[in-house]
Amino acid sequence: MHPVLKVVLQRLALGFLTLFAVSIIIFSTLSFLPGGYAQNILGQGATPETVAAFNHELGLDRPAPVRYIEWITNAVQGDFGNSYSGTTGNIKRSVSSVIGPRLYNTFFLAAMAAIIAVPVALLLGVLAALYRNSWFDRAVNSLTLTTIATPDFLIAYLLVFFLAVKLRWFSPLSTVSETTPFFEHIYKAILPAATMTLVIVAHMMRMTRASIINLLASPYIEMAQLKGMSKAQVILKHALPNAWAPIATVIAFNMAYLVVGVVITEVVFVYPGIGQLMVDSVSSRDMPIVQACALIFAATYILLNLLADVVAIATNPRLLHPK
Amino acid sequence: MAVENKRVKGDVLLTITGLKIEGKSEDTWNPIIKGVDLTLKRGEVLGLIGESGAGKSTLGLAGMGFARPGCRFTAGSIVFDGIDLLAASDEEKRALWGSRIAYVAQSASASFNPAHRLMDQVVETATERGIMQRETAEADAIDLFKRLQLPSPDTIGLRFPHQVSGGQLQRAMTAMAMSCRPDMIIFDEPTTALDVTTQVEVLAAMRRIVEEFNTAAIYITHDLAVVAQMAHRIMVLRYGNLVEEADTRKMLKSPTQDYTKSLWAVRALQKPESPSDDIVLDVSHVTASYSNSAKVLDDVTVKIPRGRTVAIVGESGSGKSTLARAITGLLPPSSGTISFNGKPLSAKLADRDKDTLRRIQMIYQSADTALNPRQRVRDIIGRPVEFYLGLKGADRDRRVVELLEAIELNESYIDRLPSEMSGGQKQRISIARALAANPEVIICDEVTSALDQIVQEEILKLLMKLQKDTNVTYLFITHDIATVRAISDEIVVMHKGKVVQQGLKSKVLNPPFPAYTELLLSSVPQMDPDWLTTLLESRKAKA
Repeated sequence: MHPVLKVVLQRLALGFLTLFAVSIIIFSTLSFLPGGYAQNILGQGATPETVAAFNHELGLDRPAPVRYIEWITNAVQGDFGNSYSGTTGNIKRSVSSVIGPRLYNTFFLAAMAAIIAVPVALLLGVLAALYRNSWFDRAVNSLTLTTIATPDFLIAYLLVFFLAVKLRWFSPLSTVSETTPFFEHIYKAILPAATMTLVIVAHMMRMTRASIINLLASPYIEMAQLKGMSKAQVILKHALPNAWAPIATVIAFNMAYLVVGVVITEVVFVYPGIGQLMVDSVSSRDMPIVQACALIFAATYILLNLLADVVAIATNPRLLHPK
Repeated sequence: MAVENKRVKGDVLLTITGLKIEGKSEDTWNPIIKGVDLTLKRGEVLGLIGESGAGKSTLGLAGMGFARPGCRFTAGSIVFDGIDLLAASDEEKRALWGSRIAYVAQSASASFNPAHRLMDQVVETATERGIMQRETAEADAIDLFKRLQLPSPDTIGLRFPHQVSGGQLQRAMTAMAMSCRPDMIIFDEPTTALDVTTQVEVLAAMRRIVEEFNTAAIYITHDLAVVAQMAHRIMVLRYGNLVEEADTRKMLKSPTQDYTKSLWAVRALQKPESPSDDIVLDVSHVTASYSNSAKVLDDVTVKIPRGRTVAIVGESGSGKSTLARAITGLLPPSSGTISFNGKPLSAKLADRDKDTLRRIQMIYQSADTALNPRQRVRDIIGRPVEFYLGLKGADRDRRVVELLEAIELNESYIDRLPSEMSGGQKQRISIARALAANPEVIICDEVTSALDQIVQEEILKLLMKLQKDTNVTYLFITHDIATVRAISDEIVVMHKGKVVQQGLKSKVLNPPFPAYTELLLSSVPQMDPDWLTTLLESRKAKA
């Protein structure tokens, strides 16, 4: 078997194992939450009997290990159960039908932000390395540091204030629904995507710059110079190809953040994403939704890190082309 | 399809006059080159020789108009074929680099970009500059690979640097330098990192190709015997000054300066051998490997007599350092036994008692990495004194001072940090640290390889004096035959994990030789400028 394929399969297997461990942690942690869906929905005046009857109806009176096994067995088959809320009598709302559209919105926004942020960060990083210690380098560094140091809600409000309220280029609200046309969706998601771009560019740009500069003292860089290569050729052809591994790791980390860390941006722009859904479900104790969201987040981290590992292997000839 | 440049031999190509270069360390500028003149004619090979810190690399790079980061030109001029390199813009210099002036670096494995195939790197200058079409450049590179006698020249260019051996990479780098048929090549210690048997092939290949294309070259090295094979003329540098300059033959025959004469010193050192049957360490049929890979030691049997120096010689990968690891218990053998004073040693380090540990000590190649940079001499030497002999406080300090005196340093060194001492002094401290345990056997792993010739001689003399005083046994691991010749009583020749030969120095170094010993000994460069030519002819005749 090709060594790369072997490593990918190993990591994938390890990823599933991690996901399994995470599912146990999620399930047991959530059972520590005070109160429950029944108390929450029936209010303070509920008698213990009604609460018990409600719990019995939801199956919550059974022991936790039994419920966990039932949940995880169904989950691996793609059935995440039914949401507690909206379940009246025989009408049930499946978790997938609740999460589905929200997840699409979140991935849509994450993809938009990534498509803008990653090329910008790489370009700025390479340019900063090329013109290191120049005014350009310093300007890019301080600017990106400022945006990463500013809280994301403040960036969001500033964008709303200038671009939506003052200039009226965009709407301050990003409410979309399943019927919103594709291009209108893009238009409405521009401000939240811009906010997230500003938050994540600094990290990726600084890693690109640092990884490249780290290599500039290597003998093969001096050799490239002495072969008469220009500064740009030295950086792009000789330094960058050896710098991908750490850059990919940081990009993967930030991509994961785009999926799991966007709740504040979603709230500011009233964008119906998965972050907001999860927060709402926690406060209403709608456990099936919370568990499914948490699993999705964990899987996102695992998959993106796997992707970063694959990039690291694919850009390392020692691993790709063994002796 | 090589472009045969029949350039006129004898025209002046490079002129350096009154050159001064400074280097920055800790915010002050210190002189590195203190006013050197140099002329190089077309087709001429000039050897630059000197010890570390002499400024030879800096001067060589200056021949390209290049100063490493942290260095600056402060005076003088560098004129290459009518172009003033100090006045030239970066663009003008770039146009020369790679195409008219090329560079061959010391470590080929570090100087090839690990991310690209060899061919892409070899033809890079030619294609990027538009000097040749890609196909032409590749065909020419394959021709150069052939001339440099690289194996499978048609396909070797498709390989990545890590897939090719060090000696082959060094020749590929020579091909890369030759790709645009430069007027001049700077060779910066190009064979220093290679084994002697590989060095012969690389030297021969480089010399032949430089002659074929009538290329001028500056050949930088610390090895006089190597430069004698390559250079028409030799310049000796020391502390950034020119010590002596002469044609190679004249320089070898009658050096005028004391410093130049001292470069021969180690080769003059010779200890008479003395046989002994009192075996202190008996390595019997030892086989060992790292994890589950191939055997690094294959049925090794070595007997080490007490109070003598046994030199273990071999090239990289011969298993000589692994033998030391097996004896010290760092790598337990998979089979075989090691007996010490007639009793078997536990295979694992953890199973040995303190007194056994005390009796076998080690000295490493690089004192820089073997000594804790944050500890003062008092603790570096004091720690084993306390650990093995139980001396504390004033007793301990007294013993440290005694040890310092034994290694010919005085009491004033006791509070120094490693960074406050020279390379030779640091290696002396490493010796004292080993001596502190009153050992019976000291394993010396390439202890003089990182040192300059003159310092090497001092360290070897010190080791011999200590042996006379304490009757300690040395297991001296080295790849340097000159050192072996100087100090050993017995020699063990290793090759690919096996012992090729063991015996008294007089026996091993004199014919009849086993095949590998002969190859190894004949590959050691001699001070004779005709050595390489004669060797190649005799090998050709045999083959």
